[in-house]
Amino acid sequence: MAQFLSLSDAVEAHVRDGDSVAMEGFTHLIPNAAAHEVIRQKRRHLTLIRMTPDLPYDQLIGMGCADRLVFSWGGNPGVGSLHRLRDAVENGWPQPLAIEEHSHAAMANAYEAGAANLPFALLRGYIGADLAKVNPNIRSVTCPFTGETLAAVPAIRPDVSIIHALKADRAGNVYLEGIVGVQKEAVLAAKRSIVTVEEIVDDFGPRNANAVILPSWTVGAIVCVPGGAHPSYAQGYYKRDNAYYIAWDPIARDRDTFLAWIKANVLEKGPEVFAEIVKPLRQAAPAAKKAARKGALGTRIAKAAARLFRGKPGEAGPGKTKVKAKPGRAKQTKAPARKSARRRAR
Amino acid sequence: MAEAYKPNEMMTIAAARALRNDDVCFVGIGMPSAACNLARLTHAPDITLIYESGTLATKPNVLPLSIGDGELCDTALTTVSVPEMFRYWLQGGRITLGFLGGAQIDRFANLNTTVVGPYDKPKVRLPGGGGAPEIAVACGEIYIIMAQSPRSFVSRLDFVTSLGHGEGGDHRARLGLETKGPTRLVTDLAIFAPDPETKEMSVISIHPGVTRERIRENTGWPVRYAAEVAETAPPTRAELEVLRELHARTARAHGAQAA
Repeated sequence: MAQFLSLSDAVEAHVRDGDSVAMEGFTHLIPNAAAHEVIRQKRRHLTLIRMTPDLPYDQLIGMGCADRLVFSWGGNPGVGSLHRLRDAVENGWPQPLAIEEHSHAAMANAYEAGAANLPFALLRGYIGADLAKVNPNIRSVTCPFTGETLAAVPAIRPDVSIIHALKADRAGNVYLEGIVGVQKEAVLAAKRSIVTVEEIVDDFGPRNANAVILPSWTVGAIVCVPGGAHPSYAQGYYKRDNAYYIAWDPIARDRDTFLAWIKANVLEKGPEVFAEIVKPLRQAAPAAKKAARKGALGTRIAKAAARLFRGKPGEAGPGKTKVKAKPGRAKQTKAPARKSARRRAR
Repeated sequence: MAEAYKPNEMMTIAAARALRNDDVCFVGIGMPSAACNLARLTHAPDITLIYESGTLATKPNVLPLSIGDGELCDTALTTVSVPEMFRYWLQGGRITLGFLGGAQIDRFANLNTTVVGPYDKPKVRLPGGGGAPEIAVACGEIYIIMAQSPRSFVSRLDFVTSLGHGEGGDHRARLGLETKGPTRLVTDLAIFAPDPETKEMSVISIHPGVTRERIRENTGWPVRYAAEVAETAPPTRAELEVLRELHARTARAHGAQAA
């Protein structure tokens, strides 16, 4: 049965040095607050597994928590590189990082195989692609019925999987919907699991019969961390902080800036800051939206950068961090402002 | 009288025009997403757009920054899990067209988004393949959109992330593939299509004002031209207005989420 724990107790109990750890959430519901706790507890020699490493793994890798990364797309979505990941792979900083690289299809299948208690996953994959030449875990099998050659990859069976979900009830059942990614598979494939949630409710109430539910007996620990997915999002709670992803780029680019950011925002803070930081992103906040539209995009990105340091502009962050909108992006705002700022209120 | 436009706008508009109303399209993020949504907002209102986050038949009002923005889920007909997306929908053969971009391309439209330099000691580590290795072989056909430069249009790829026409000719068939592979490559200078025999991507249309000299300077292999080369029709005022408005409201929306 799931235990209700604090975030520090949950990580203390379930994440150990040398573990293979999968933190999943496909753009939506990424467990960023939990990743920060793993950094605070200074876990070492982890094998990090995740389809899209995204910001939390950039941070874990930059802080030297990982020896190995299993992944299928390692960029900052819509922005560019993950600079800490690149620095580790290209220059071995802060330590060398071994990589096991797959395609999305293979990793999704491998999680499913793990959840289904199979030793490997089977797919029509990697045809004519060089990944099969550099990753010895991409092999092939022959179909016993047709003779067709198919790709095979090992099932993913993490020591611990960590996800962020929308809510849990008091019995410890977990609820998520929207873009559900591979979270259910990741939890069912793992030996242990931690689920952070936006809220804990007495009862889920009226719900879609096909919503993703993880019953209490499949979950290890449940932790209530409102805002815990930020800068990713929680459907119906707050939006993806796209400007934050843009602002992350220059911070992660420089080792010292990155370390200063981690010190100020992870090491010296706790999970409670997430509830605060998502406040302006909560939906049905028309006043905030209206005010936001007035500023130029560059200003807004600079503001997001300031929020990355969780202070006011020019106050908390290291002085040398300069965040500018990319020229190409800034130009877009020059297009005549039209009437159709009719983005639906949700 | 034609309006002033940028090469990137010509590229996106030329790519959008190639899309059909009855296409079921697997959409990559960035320029493919802009082209697909421009098509949906102009001549192909019923086009089915699918993003690998699991959102089927989505109609975003603004362009997503990531492959899984809430906007995609909110406007989708339905949203499925990622394993289901890749197994039933992509591998299941239910997608007619995959739309990709890349960091490097060769003359047979093989793509590299993995590394520049050796894999074990990369000069530049790129994000990697994501869904592309299977999109490239499982979709009925592939469109590619990429700006041309000597660094991106190269004679030899450092790494084949996703298969185009391989070494050309019947290479795809020899690998057991029945899908067509890349049938269009739209750049900021021209439109390419595969030669029927060799499968080498050849210029079939040149954008207005672009010379063969400029195409040569920005391509890392000797460019071939089809027997008949057209001039791409310049963007219409309507196409430009819809595209610019789409970008403007996207910029406003992404900024607004942060402030």
